[in-house]
Amino acid sequence: MHSFEYASPATLKEAFGLLGNSWSDAAVLAGGTDLITLMKEHLAEPKRVVNIKGIKELGGITKSGGGLRIGATATVDDLLSSALVRAGYPSLLAAARGIASPQLRHMGTVAGDLCQRPRCWYYRNGFGLLALKDGKSLVDGGQNEFHAIFPKGVAKFVSASSFGPALIALGAKVKIASSTGEREVAVAEFFKAPASETDREIDLHPNEIITAILVPAAKGAKNATYEVRNREGLDWPLATASVSLTMKGASVGSASIVLGHVGPTPVVAAAAAGTLTGKTITEATAEAAGKAAVAGATPLSDNGYKVHLAAVAVKRALLAAAGKA
Amino acid sequence: MSSKKKPDQELQAARTSGFSRRGFLGTASATAGAVGGGLLERPAQAAPPAGIMGPGEIEITLTINGKATPVKVEPRTTLLDALRERLEITGAKRVCDRGTCGACTMLVNGKTVYACTALAVDMAGKKIETIESLSAGARPHPIVPAFANHDAQQCGYCTPGMVMASKGLLDQTPNPTYDQVKAGLGGNLCRCGTYVGIRKAVLDAAKELRATGARKNGGSNA
Repeated sequence: MHSFEYASPATLKEAFGLLGNSWSDAAVLAGGTDLITLMKEHLAEPKRVVNIKGIKELGGITKSGGGLRIGATATVDDLLSSALVRAGYPSLLAAARGIASPQLRHMGTVAGDLCQRPRCWYYRNGFGLLALKDGKSLVDGGQNEFHAIFPKGVAKFVSASSFGPALIALGAKVKIASSTGEREVAVAEFFKAPASETDREIDLHPNEIITAILVPAAKGAKNATYEVRNREGLDWPLATASVSLTMKGASVGSASIVLGHVGPTPVVAAAAAGTLTGKTITEATAEAAGKAAVAGATPLSDNGYKVHLAAVAVKRALLAAAGKA
Repeated sequence: MSSKKKPDQELQAARTSGFSRRGFLGTASATAGAVGGGLLERPAQAAPPAGIMGPGEIEITLTINGKATPVKVEPRTTLLDALRERLEITGAKRVCDRGTCGACTMLVNGKTVYACTALAVDMAGKKIETIESLSAGARPHPIVPAFANHDAQQCGYCTPGMVMASKGLLDQTPNPTYDQVKAGLGGNLCRCGTYVGIRKAVLDAAKELRATGARKNGGSNA
């Protein structure tokens, strides 16, 4: 790890003064479970590290406009023990439980989960974010069993975020601040597929700090996450689905289905969700929605198996949300 | 119960014999150390700009097993390296050094963390508990003989982390089910595959702790 300056500001204003205009100027430290590893691997080499855990207003999980405000420094463990989350957001709880290490849940933050860099082994081993050599993707003809089945252009890694799909299905927003003001971005728009090596996977600039994640009121809507994983151990899932259902009596008023770990961003399956309107959730309708959700998949040479896993994840998430799992 | 005495006594003897594997290795490589050691030294930095520390060394105070301990570190020094390389507190092991294997597990403010993935400067003012705290009293914490009695280790590299993850779990969940033990140790890997023995040891230690009512403060100091 290269050496760096360190600061632990007490206010957001102080923190803004410590950030720069390039990623190499300064990095924001919260849980550190990704940043410190990235620095050890020389994938991040900031001149300064700004610890935001001392900024009081960034902490806590509180009620906000009938929904939730998850502060930027709230940990995964904070989320799991929050009575507010437990009362209405089983999809977030399932995503949190999927992070199988208590140590990571104690250290890592929910906002940090959205910002973690891809776990693609080409990226982590220094081949670049897009793993291009002479303009060609190393992923295409390489070891791609854990890569995207919904690649976007040259981006073939998968978003590693555990909470992204659930937050998108719930209609959540990311609140971002800088010295020039505040902005809110739908979580669905926060993730971006990079088109070049210098692009980022998220809509965040080096001089900005995520201050909170805003989750709308669940309003009696049903939600669930199902993760398909290799054994029970400490690893990222192979494919996941998060769903949110607004019911009209026994049938679906509107549905939202979002797939995780299948593309460089979480993948919103709007057409599949639309097929559920007016129907009740049964084995048959859930299975059909799962198949519709993966209809556009374009798997790589060795990850075709993930298409089926993603369809099954959708089916099981829908059945869980409807209380029929 | 009688079967527990022998490992207890062995551990006690090992603790009081004054023999340290690290001391032995240190002596054996003294010549090499004299040549290489100087490269790692950096002068402590003079008055840093307001609010900014480093990148050179700074002095911080860590509260380790109840004792305020000053140490000079660079901002990039991890909690694990500060303890192992600067303070000779070597119970926690540096194995993957990437926040995955769990061999460096210790408790910070009562919760398990990977010390390899926490900056030492970020830990100032927090309550750090290492595996050394479990042998501080007249008798080791009940988790320690339970591991010995259940053959809960082979090569031993994961053991300090497993023991501290167990302590963290039992502090929060004094009467765990087998599945809770399994999930509670989900952040620790054992390449020898001694998981079954480890889980039995944790269940046994939980029973012992409940019996002695010495759950919270390590038991050994009672």
